[in-house]
Amino acid sequence: MDLFLNQILAGIATGAIYACMALAVVMIYQAIDHLNFAQGEMAMFSTFVAWQLMQWGVPYWGAFVLTLAFSFAGGVIIERVLFKPLGNAPVLTHVAGFIALFAIINSVAGLTWDFTIKQFPSPFGSSPFLGSQLISTHQAGMIGVTIVLLILLFLFFQYTRIGLAMRAAASQPESARLVGINTSWMIALGWGMAAAIGSIAGMLIAPVVFLEPNMMGGVLIYGFAAAVLGGLSSPFGAVVGGFLVGVFENLAGTYIPGVGNELKLPIALALIVTVLVVKPTGLFGRTIVKRV
Amino acid sequence: MTAMLNVRDLRAYYGQVQALHGLEFELHEGSLTTLLGANGAGKTTTLRAICNMVRSTGSIQFEGKTINKSSTESIVKLGIAHVPQGRGTFTTMTVEENLQLGAMTRKDTKAIASDIERMYAHFPVLKQRHTQQAGTLSGGEQQMLAVARALMLRPRLMLLDEPSFGLAPLIVRDLFKILGKINREDKVTILVVEQNAQLALELADKAYVIETGRIVMSGNATEIANNEDVRKSYLGY
Repeated sequence: MDLFLNQILAGIATGAIYACMALAVVMIYQAIDHLNFAQGEMAMFSTFVAWQLMQWGVPYWGAFVLTLAFSFAGGVIIERVLFKPLGNAPVLTHVAGFIALFAIINSVAGLTWDFTIKQFPSPFGSSPFLGSQLISTHQAGMIGVTIVLLILLFLFFQYTRIGLAMRAAASQPESARLVGINTSWMIALGWGMAAAIGSIAGMLIAPVVFLEPNMMGGVLIYGFAAAVLGGLSSPFGAVVGGFLVGVFENLAGTYIPGVGNELKLPIALALIVTVLVVKPTGLFGRTIVKRV
Repeated sequence: MTAMLNVRDLRAYYGQVQALHGLEFELHEGSLTTLLGANGAGKTTTLRAICNMVRSTGSIQFEGKTINKSSTESIVKLGIAHVPQGRGTFTTMTVEENLQLGAMTRKDTKAIASDIERMYAHFPVLKQRHTQQAGTLSGGEQQMLAVARALMLRPRLMLLDEPSFGLAPLIVRDLFKILGKINREDKVTILVVEQNAQLALELADKAYVIETGRIVMSGNATEIANNEDVRKSYLGY
């Protein structure tokens, strides 16, 4: 029983990371209707920036905030330089752009910081959480940060004018321009926010998987699975999907014979395919009510 | 008297296809003008060209300022509200959020709140449904919402693209009454594009007739309504 509980809680903790990645993926998908394959690499690069800052003696939370700011600016710049010119180009052009971005970021990180594994500190430590053997303080911290982030995002989109403008620009760009919203900047803002959210995921997962240029590969695939499961049109769904995928991954690895650690990744892929076949809108993606 | 909106030699293109061939017209401040024409004559294109939503050449001046090269959102900020064909409702958002979005260019939050109340007084049905998802409103209600949303900008000029489309005749009458009232009481200059020529000519004080991308007739609404050709082609008697 303890093993079962332990696996569920650990699943929720890693699920928190998938939730962050899924959230970042959904934000960009909402803005430009494409999946950003480089989301994981962007997060990895941000995490290296945080690591570098700490190497230079910046305390953890200082580095955390600076990294958020750096990632936000980086996301905006990537959109302005690379994806704004692509505009309404066909899907394949965008895919090529994402793959180029993936390769560039990965190589630049490798070139700058090399490919050896680095330790990344956790601000929460790794002692048992509240004296319980089930979950560590870092895992509890991952869950806590994700939930706080989700609440902040909800408040931002629901109660601020700029949040309302971003939603309008994503759902009906032409109408949004007709009420005077600069939709192009709203997309850039979406990229900035997605990059910042991704950097949080990177900094939280790095103490677990260790820091190196390829650390986000698996995480991003789970993030995609979470986004698809929750519904690509729903940020809330992305988060729920993240937690579900995390738990599912752990339980499958523990209880299904022969799955173990090595076959966990195909499980995520199987999940993506199953959802797309059975319920393409995902669990929470809404079918828009429309009367004409 | 100089015109509020002055359009000269306007040509518009969809890719290689030219849709407007040197359109010329003007709107005077406080007027209610209608642009009549058959399907495909270029009515919608004309409105889209004013808001720079289609590639065009020529000159469009709003209050003496050339606006051809401005972006859609900065043209809107000058006080030009465009109610597009299909109403442009933000279907996934609530009625109240739609009204908030209409005031996106304004900073005066208190006045925005009181304007929303004013819209609810204009259109009581919107108040009843203010928390409802806008996509679930009926066609007529959505058109009311679209007009209200445009008014939230506190526009100087309002462009309406076939507001009567798909609405029951009684609702169209109501809507046109409201437009007349907005024009008189709020001093909003209005350009309305219509296929329902009869109603539009009753409402408007000035009219233009457009055929295959050119203005072929202009004058006072009553003159146009009595014109033999217009009666045959657009009014059907």
